Amino acid sequence: MSNILFLPIFISLLAGALTLSFWRSIRWQKRITLVAATAYFIVAVVLLREVMQEGYIVLQMGNWAAPFGITLVADVLSATMILLTGIVGFAAALYSMASVPNEHIRFGYFSLLQLLLAGVSGAFLTGDIFNLFVWFEVMLLASFGLLTLGGERNQMEGAIKYVTINLFSSAIFLSAIGLLYGTAGTLNIADLSVKLAGVEEQGLVNVLALMFMVSFGIKAGAFPLFFWLPASYHTPLVAVSAVFAGLLTKVGVYALYRFFSVIFIGDIQYTHTIILWVGILTMLTGVLGAAAQFEFRRILSFHIISQIGYMLIAFAIFTPLAIIGGVFYIAHHIIVKTNLFLISGLTYQLSGTHELKAMGGFYRQRPWLALVFLIPALSLAGLPPLSGFFAKYIVIKAGVEAGSWWAVGFGLLVGLLTLFSMIKIWAEVFWKRPPETDSPIDLSGKLSPWMLAPVILLSVITVGIGLFGEPLYQLAKVAASQLLNPQGYIDAVLGGAR
Amino acid sequence: MEVILACCVGILFASATYMMLRRSIVKLVMGLIILSNAANLVIFTAAGIVHGKPPLIDKVTKTVVAGVADPLPQALVLTAIVIAFGVLAFSVVLIRRAYEEVGNDDIGQMKDTDT
Repeated sequence: MSNILFLPIFISLLAGALTLSFWRSIRWQKRITLVAATAYFIVAVVLLREVMQEGYIVLQMGNWAAPFGITLVADVLSATMILLTGIVGFAAALYSMASVPNEHIRFGYFSLLQLLLAGVSGAFLTGDIFNLFVWFEVMLLASFGLLTLGGERNQMEGAIKYVTINLFSSAIFLSAIGLLYGTAGTLNIADLSVKLAGVEEQGLVNVLALMFMVSFGIKAGAFPLFFWLPASYHTPLVAVSAVFAGLLTKVGVYALYRFFSVIFIGDIQYTHTIILWVGILTMLTGVLGAAAQFEFRRILSFHIISQIGYMLIAFAIFTPLAIIGGVFYIAHHIIVKTNLFLISGLTYQLSGTHELKAMGGFYRQRPWLALVFLIPALSLAGLPPLSGFFAKYIVIKAGVEAGSWWAVGFGLLVGLLTLFSMIKIWAEVFWKRPPETDSPIDLSGKLSPWMLAPVILLSVITVGIGLFGEPLYQLAKVAASQLLNPQGYIDAVLGGAR
Repeated sequence: MEVILACCVGILFASATYMMLRRSIVKLVMGLIILSNAANLVIFTAAGIVHGKPPLIDKVTKTVVAGVADPLPQALVLTAIVIAFGVLAFSVVLIRRAYEEVGNDDIGQMKDTDT
């Protein structure tokens, strides 16, 4: 059964290749994308069920035993991330059917989307750090293409910053891999965990840990190197922004979770204190940045940053409850944030603008759309009974129990400011009267069901997690216990070699 | 030998950073090129350099001689070079398009999307 690990990557790669070979037929590209998204989702569900039963699924590529070959591993965290990727990919595929202009499709939009998903899945499943680097690059290159598709001026400007800082981060990552290999002589994550414990110069290991932290911090959009994110995420198509917002930064967070729970566990006091403060500052700068913005997608981009902060402080507290909170938070955040970006596309479709000042009157003319916005927005701010409430509650409770009062205090403050920011969007876009202009905006336009379906689907999931949070909590609990006991991971990967 | 290579890595990283901090986008891309080479050289150097002992298995004894060069870092460098080539090809096209759109190669003029 361990062959199933290979499927998420394979489905996306195959769909990417097939859409490329149907270069001229837009209709077939759409069909392939829908089939691939559905297949991916089904595989992800099956994978998660299997992993919940077995604990770990390990696949040694080409039957080369670890640590010599490339290993694919899925623990509960990976499988959960794959399922979330499946949900986001499915939502984005539906949304793209009606919202992506044909010129973009002719330039390979769907192929790039599938390759992006392949890169993301590979990064979640691999058990080898150099392989992780390769998947990062697959993901990055596809994201470069998606970001610049269309070739407008602000896309180019955003892309230059995005490309530069991401290549810089990759170079740091690559150098750190080289140095780590020189220190420990292996690239397998599980093997590294064993070998690094025996390295005499723990100071050197800490330096390497920090190099990885900087690199993943850049990719996750953590303080202080997050400026590329709000400069670029609002420039491409809405469907692209939504996928980026949901998945890309979370790959960085996932890598941090993996590295600092399995590999760099020699000096937790030191590394996790740094993560804690980076998390607090990330949270604070993100939410303050959002408060100053008046463009729909820019506000949301800054909120990605502040939410990353919560995931980091949850991880930094490093108690079982905190990690449960962190995993729960990642799951909640991916769904909610993707949804908010998709909704910004709906309001753009109707009003023709992303500027809050120029919008208004949606509540009067589109009450259902207003309701659909309110669910993820209030969930993001952490109001009960939505998913965000429980995510924040677990993190804050873990902070109280562990006595990290700074994290608790700032977490609550940032929650309040998030609410402020969401209320600002609500008041400007939905509640206030439309601005008095010569040509009043007509909001009665028709919205395609392709675009409405994913938004409603994600909103239902948000409410569902809020009302029936127990299954996700149990899932997060297993994931957290696996992260805190890396021995299980090590035994699962290296079991055959010993 | 390691010392010389280590110095080279330092110089490459320093010049890459310097180039990336310049205002011209052409120099920015040059910085990126140097940066990727610096990272490759780090892998090559950090894994240890062995002189004149190729990792070949002896025909008769079927074992490797002790202290041979490690072939893995070279495979890593090769992969990294290929990836860097693809990415840099993209960024060269990107700066060309950016130059066409903005009409200027000064990165200080590209502030529309900043906040």
